[in-house]
Amino acid sequence: MTAFADDLAASAVRTATPLLLAALGETISERAGVLNVGLEGTMLAGAFAGFVAGHASGDPWVGLAAAVAAGTAVAAGFAVLAVLARVDQVVAGLFVNLLVAGLTALAFREIFREDVFSARSAAVRSTPFPETRAGILDAVPVLGAALRQTPLTWAALALVPAVAFLLGRTRAGLAIRAAGEAPSAAQALGLRVRRVRFLACLAMGALAGSAGAALTLAQSDTFVEGMTAGRGFIALAIVIFGRWRPAGVLLASLFFGTASALQFRFQALGLHVPHTLFLALPYALTLFCLFFLGRRARGPAALGRPLPNEAA
Amino acid sequence: MTRGAGVRAVAVVAAAAACATGVLVAFGHDPLVAARVLVASTVGSPQNAAVTLVKSAPLLLLGVAVALSFRAGVWNVGAEGQFTAGAIAATAVGVNAAGLGSALALPLLLACGAAGGAVAALPPALLKRFRGTNEVIGTIMMNFLIAFALSFALDGPLREAAGTFPQSDYLAEPARLPRFDEASRLHAGLPVAVVVAIAAHVFLTRTLAGLRWRALGDNPAAAEALGLPASRLALLALVASGAIAGLAGAIEVAAITRRLFDGFSGGVGYAAIAVALLGGRSIPGVVAAALLLGALDVGSASLERAAGVPSKLALVVQALLLGAAALLAEHRRRARRGVVPEAVA
Repeated sequence: MTAFADDLAASAVRTATPLLLAALGETISERAGVLNVGLEGTMLAGAFAGFVAGHASGDPWVGLAAAVAAGTAVAAGFAVLAVLARVDQVVAGLFVNLLVAGLTALAFREIFREDVFSARSAAVRSTPFPETRAGILDAVPVLGAALRQTPLTWAALALVPAVAFLLGRTRAGLAIRAAGEAPSAAQALGLRVRRVRFLACLAMGALAGSAGAALTLAQSDTFVEGMTAGRGFIALAIVIFGRWRPAGVLLASLFFGTASALQFRFQALGLHVPHTLFLALPYALTLFCLFFLGRRARGPAALGRPLPNEAA
Repeated sequence: MTRGAGVRAVAVVAAAAACATGVLVAFGHDPLVAARVLVASTVGSPQNAAVTLVKSAPLLLLGVAVALSFRAGVWNVGAEGQFTAGAIAATAVGVNAAGLGSALALPLLLACGAAGGAVAALPPALLKRFRGTNEVIGTIMMNFLIAFALSFALDGPLREAAGTFPQSDYLAEPARLPRFDEASRLHAGLPVAVVVAIAAHVFLTRTLAGLRWRALGDNPAAAEALGLPASRLALLALVASGAIAGLAGAIEVAAITRRLFDGFSGGVGYAAIAVALLGGRSIPGVVAAALLLGALDVGSASLERAAGVPSKLALVVQALLLGAAALLAEHRRRARRGVVPEAVA
């Protein structure tokens, strides 16, 4: 039983890590008024770049750096469209998803053509991050097992209070919230809303990129086309679930992580629970949550709206 | 279409073609060879042109569905799920239609497909109407839920009798849409799609209800000030859009695949968003865009066989077309409106 609980806790936290990283990034951009439906594609770019760099260098840290760079670059492209050119944010996000899905699949096939289609497919591996133990906490039942994770998980957990502090207690956070709640008023008071939103998008991209790295450099050691498999959209749901607050986002990520971990454990135990029901749970819960929270589930007031015409 | 729409369309396509050429060159392929294969495989012979038409049919219907909702100012990003829901409903009817005549089975199948799509659009539509929830999130969540519903159906109720693979049995003979030509699979769903497109065009441009939709989409604040029931219209638009997407799913399963399987939609609902925006949200534009993306689909598959270029290139070009069209649409809107105070815009 304890082995089961240990396994479950460890796998829940491992599964929650990429969700948490991506959702924290999205929290920042949404609080600044930018809804990024392209989170999925941004993560996928990070997963791909992290894998390629990690595979080539044999060093997961190099992979992580590449993933962060790729996520930031994709987010910059998104922000050029959605913030500077005032293209509808949903369209810009869908553009990112399509483009990255196509480009990564194309590039993966071109780069690893020989390896993938031959017996050498075992050669297409990255060197994943090692797991570390939580010092004295390691002896605590369940919690110790839950914290036997890669540095990426540690970073994600540390980022929760950091993002909360940034948003709630700093001038930059105030600027972000102003850009998301009342951009016109903020503009009138001299805040450069466009710049704030652009920078918030870059932060989102860096975090989404590292979320991708968590897939190819921690959860697994390989890249598969479209391997984000909807996690970017779950992260969007998690932001709503967590009510646009880092602490809420952490809880929601752990909740969704546990749901999918349970599904794997049940399968491993040979229990006959229809696994599609578990997989569908996060999405169904999001709809229910939207229904019951109703208007209280409203995000930042100006979420999804472009800036007024010709605003500087 | 307005004057100059043709010029803009050419500009968008040229920009995307230039980018695609860059991608081809970057991976060491000869763009001239690629262009020759693309043209030959899509319009090189009557047979190939027919295949292109067949591939364009679902894009046309889905593009019409998405464009209709966009015109009413409703972001239906859920065509992917609504298409699948329509196919599930149609399959449920189709595999049990052995005893019916075609005259009964086919209309029933198409109606159930449309109803399935409408039902899939209903939860986000109700959320928007009564809770003020953003329909983008709602329709995206439905896409995933319906994908899982498909897996669930193929795991149990709709699984083939042999039980080997996660796929349904073939539809009963009377529930199959007739094909005019077996090689290209040119089928009776095509004229249906054209009729729906014409009806949508007439609705938007020649009826009072269509004018209301457009008013709502073009300027929601003014529409509401004039007394239009904005949130009720939005609900209607989303459900109607879902019904057309569901119809597309029913036609695809009854005419092309004739059975249901996991991953049935394969992203065609997302491509439809590119079709709607590329077509400038007008129905004639959507027709042209559907033909273009249908040809891209056929051409990229041939390119993979003939020149070893991964067919995922089509996805990249689709994205580039979407991006270029979105940029141009925004530019146009700005040029038309000039500077407008935020409270009015």
